[in-house]
Amino acid sequence: MSQIELYEIDRIFEIGDSCVHALKSITLTIDAGEYLAVMGPSGSGKSTLLNILGLLDRPNHGRYRLEGHEVGALPPDQQARVRSERIGFVFQSFHLVPRLSAADNVALPMMLAGIPAGERRRRVADALAGVGLESRADHRPQQLSGGQRQRVAIARATIMRPAVLLADEPTGNLDRTTGTEVTELLEDLNRAGTTLIVVTHDPAMGERAHRCLQMEDGALRADRRR
Amino acid sequence: MKPFDLVRFALQAATGSPLRTGLMALAMAIGVAAVVVLTALGDGARRYVVNEFNSLGSNLVIVLPGRTETGGIGIGTLSTSTTRDLTLRDAAALLRADGVVRIAPLVVGDAEVSSGGRLRSSFVVGTTSDFARVRRLELAQGRFLPDEGLERASSWAVIGATIRDELFGAKPALGARLRIGDRRFRVIGVLAASGQGLGMNTDELVLVPAASAQAMFDTNSLFRILVEARERDALDRVRSQVEDILMARHDGERDVTLLTQDAVVGTFDRILAALTLAVAGIAAISLAVAGILVMNVMLVAVTQRTGEIGLLKALGAAPGAIRSAFLAEAALLSLAGAAIGLLLGFTGAALLRAVFPELPAYPPSWAVVAGLATSLATGVGFGVLPARRAARLDPVQALARGL
Ligand SMILES: Nc1ncnc2c1ncn2[C@@H]1O[C@H](COP(=O)(O)OP(=O)(O)OP(=O)(O)O)[C@@H](O)[C@H]1O
Ligand SMILES: [Mg+2]
Repeated sequence: MSQIELYEIDRIFEIGDSCVHALKSITLTIDAGEYLAVMGPSGSGKSTLLNILGLLDRPNHGRYRLEGHEVGALPPDQQARVRSERIGFVFQSFHLVPRLSAADNVALPMMLAGIPAGERRRRVADALAGVGLESRADHRPQQLSGGQRQRVAIARATIMRPAVLLADEPTGNLDRTTGTEVTELLEDLNRAGTTLIVVTHDPAMGERAHRCLQMEDGALRADRRR
Repeated sequence: MKPFDLVRFALQAATGSPLRTGLMALAMAIGVAAVVVLTALGDGARRYVVNEFNSLGSNLVIVLPGRTETGGIGIGTLSTSTTRDLTLRDAAALLRADGVVRIAPLVVGDAEVSSGGRLRSSFVVGTTSDFARVRRLELAQGRFLPDEGLERASSWAVIGATIRDELFGAKPALGARLRIGDRRFRVIGVLAASGQGLGMNTDELVLVPAASAQAMFDTNSLFRILVEARERDALDRVRSQVEDILMARHDGERDVTLLTQDAVVGTFDRILAALTLAVAGIAAISLAVAGILVMNVMLVAVTQRTGEIGLLKALGAAPGAIRSAFLAEAALLSLAGAAIGLLLGFTGAALLRAVFPELPAYPPSWAVVAGLATSLATGVGFGVLPARRAARLDPVQALARGL
């Protein structure tokens, strides 16, 4: 049994009278601990696929099993729980809450999960140290550089020790050097056992992944392993 | 989310947009302050009236000739058709009742009062020595009418402060001669200035013995008899004793009306309490308006924070948690507004008391509690819709908005 099993996933957006077939019958399995890059032209459905994997979006057809459970069909409350405990998200534009400090941003998933404050403080300190930002704990997002923001976001995405880490163009807003640093941080997490799925336009980053999915017009064109 | 975290998160969210928060709190504050000040005003008026009445003597039974069915003071009690006069003998007979401490008959009329060439018309009250105690009158000079029994028409007069000033000016009034109607009296006492009250203004009174007044006005009947009971609890007993005694003396006919201060005070008390309630109701409408404002402002907040809601969902927040967060924010805002409103309201009530010292303008505690409860209820109640809308947002679309 694979960690992630997608079976004939369809995602159709209706805008007025017209329909956009963003995902066309995607069938895909991913094993625990894999490092996977999703590539393809703009509008090919990469983000849509990632959102469905992250339970942020529901497919119109098809089945989604995560660790053997049918998560695609769960009610919103239980999906929220799966997101909280099993899935971490990293976004292209960081999505940090501007009014909260770096530490509070990192602590947010634990707060939502109802973890006591003492344990939160300990884990936040560890996580910030893990991304090299222990000295920036009290800084607001706008007081941090782009690379630092993304590292805070990664600390937040991994603070609940998810089994799957989803990153949608995590280096898209960063220069090459900081981008590489962030990529290396993600790869460290993958080496520690987390499944890593990265959407990217950067061929260099695609080369580093152990497996590369090529998407086009909502369908899988290629699935190369190294 | 743990309750403490929920409150802290809501607090941070609320303080994150000070203008919105401030406006909402202000609306609530105005509503609560209105409730507090207006009920303080209404209840102050009620207490003022009740106190005034009670200071007239709260364990009094007032006997009026003639029978009316009304319990309180009204037109009906003033225009009773007298079937049989109340006499001084009737009044004396009432002293036999064991719950009665003292009585004071009243004979009233207008007369010319003159002394040393100065003349004015005045309200003349014929009564007895006990009237001073029944009505708690204070004397500035001299003494009150002597206790000579009910029937003696002696020539002593006690005058009010205004009468003294107008007739005697700086000259000594005590012992002076006074002409009332066509009779001569000697001033034996001067009442202390009473100021304006709800009862009679005693400053313009001339008091003489009841029998003298009857002779002056050429009548045998009494205007009223004031009966003071030993204590408030004895009022009912005294009432029925008075009724029995007078019925026996009037050939078995019930031809008198008995009033108690309780009934009078009770009527005013009820009227003014109802008025206070009505005023509170009007003020509560402003709270409801504040609630609608809260709803709108929270709806705007949901729109403004769509990206954040999407993020929270992506980070594992269940719809219920989002709902609670927004409800907590609305509740906190209402609470803060209510607190400010209470502060404003109590300040306003204190100002009222400073401007009108006679008015005990304290907001009743029910109004304070009701104001707080209404503001919280409207805040949370009108917060439900925005909170539900936030909880139902589609995470992907919400996230697409950015933070
Ligand atoms: N909420 C939506 N409503 C309507 N159409 C949508 C929506 N989200 C995506 N689409 C459409 O679905 C298709 C796939 O979009 P998606 O965002 O997955 O592309 P992408 O591969 O991530 O592109 P990019 O590289 O530019 O991010 C596009 O044609 C897009 O217009
Ligand atoms: Mg995309």
